[in-house]
Amino acid sequence: MSIDRRKFLTLSGLSALGLAGAPAVRVFGQDTTDVAQDTTPAEPAQPEQPRAPLVAQRWAMVIDINKCVAAEGCRDCALACHKVHNVPDFDNPKDEVKWIWKESFEHAFHDQEHAHQSEKLRHATLPVLCNHCDDPPCTRVCPTESTWKRESDGLVMMDWHRCIGCRYCVAACPYGSRSFNWRDPRPHIDEINKSYPTRTRGVVEKCTFCDERLARGQMPACVEACKEKAMIFGDLEDPESEVRQVLRETFTIRRKPGLGTHPEIYYIV
Amino acid sequence: MHDAGKVTIGLVIFLALVSAPFWYNLSSGRASYTPEVEYPKDAESCVRDSAYMAAHHMDLLDEWRDQVIRDGQRFEETPDGGRRECSLTNTCLGCHVSKEKFCDRCHLYMGVEPYCWECHIIPEEL
Ligand code: HEC
Ligand code: HEC
Ligand code: HEC
Repeated sequence: MSIDRRKFLTLSGLSALGLAGAPAVRVFGQDTTDVAQDTTPAEPAQPEQPRAPLVAQRWAMVIDINKCVAAEGCRDCALACHKVHNVPDFDNPKDEVKWIWKESFEHAFHDQEHAHQSEKLRHATLPVLCNHCDDPPCTRVCPTESTWKRESDGLVMMDWHRCIGCRYCVAACPYGSRSFNWRDPRPHIDEINKSYPTRTRGVVEKCTFCDERLARGQMPACVEACKEKAMIFGDLEDPESEVRQVLRETFTIRRKPGLGTHPEIYYIV
Repeated sequence: MHDAGKVTIGLVIFLALVSAPFWYNLSSGRASYTPEVEYPKDAESCVRDSAYMAAHHMDLLDEWRDQVIRDGQRFEETPDGGRRECSLTNTCLGCHVSKEKFCDRCHLYMGVEPYCWECHIIPEEL
């Protein structure tokens, strides 16, 4: 009864396999039993105090330049916005990232500019931000639908997860409302707001009219921060809303109306 | 069968060498290593049942981000009638307070490296 070579090799091969397989079975087998045992009954989660979201058919904003002029040099709106949204501050116009900022009348409304403009307007600076256009050129050029107009309330939204950084939207926006992150923004954020993500190098960002705050029943951060109450925010489709009332009673202008983008930020001059 | 003795000795040496890593891992206890993750102390259950979470938490996170950003649905109902925010940092890391001792320990072992943290904040690191 001698064992032949073929049988010997087969047997030793099989035993080697067995040795190799045992630890693997132990590792992966254990993992699954762990999972199967995890059937603890659900604990009730702490209910938070919900506030009804602010909703509208068409969000819009009216900005009273006179109040901005009265509070000369005030940047409360921009500071508040950039703080809650973790917008970086590069001391350098080349890398600058901004959602809302102060612009001179001449720059914001250069088509209204002439040599004999009133003293007030010649020295005025006013907040400019994404106009949340009715017919936004930026969304048309986006190849990934990373930016789109929300049909329910007209906000021009951003999905940072989809942005591939092609910057077509930056080129398409006639208001300069979009910024590209040329550099890692994190080191340039003074104090990080933990509840809102930052962005990263290689994506575009802009104002979203604080959709995250509206969903929690809060006004946009800039509107809330403005002590002069220079910014009025509301539903353009609601005839009783404050924006509609102001627009009915006051002369207002919009930036670059001739381009046909139908901006939804109105200025009282 | 002229050289049976020599062949056997050769085979034994060969097998010993080939299987050395297995012996080494077995004796050092590394073969049976599984990562020890730290579970939340003051919560008993996750946002879904834990077998589902173990296998599909990345799918849930994908759902959440689409739901929040594209559909504007930031909250979901909890079984007890309350509501919970669908947020990676605020919700997941609000309960699994140490990302390093929970998410990372498992991901490191599994060789997964999600890029979410380039933007989403890790509160424990601030
Ligand atoms: C209210 C607290 C709480 C929240 C919020 C929470 N978890 Fe959990 N999670 C737990 C607990 C407790 C367990 C352990 C469950 C068990 O043992 O039954 C768990 C288990 C898990 C597991 C399975 C781990 C394993 O070893 O099988 C994963 C993965 C996980 N959570 C990921 C997440 C993610 C991702 C989120 C956010 C979408 C999240 N959790 C939100 C409490 C929470
Ligand atoms: C029990 C182990 C385990 C734990 C704990 C765990 N994960 Fe995971 N996670 C995995 C595995 C495995 C994968 C990869 C699955 C795949 O590739 O299909 C993964 C993948 C992911 C992905 C997708 C990554 C990608 O590149 O597609 C995300 C996002 C993620 N995990 C988030 C989390 C977060 C957040 C936590 C902590 C709250 C967590 N995970 C905890 C095992 C775990
Ligand atoms: C380029 C930056 C960036 C990256 C990378 C990124 N996110 Fe986000 N994410 C954001 C921003 C900005 C928001 C919007 C937050 C808001 O509106 O409240 C967001 C929102 C979310 C939300 C819903 C709201 C919240 O607070 O969590 C989820 C869920 C989410 N992301 C999951 C992920 C996951 C999972 C990954 C990784 C696979 C990831 N994100 C990677 C920037 C990013």
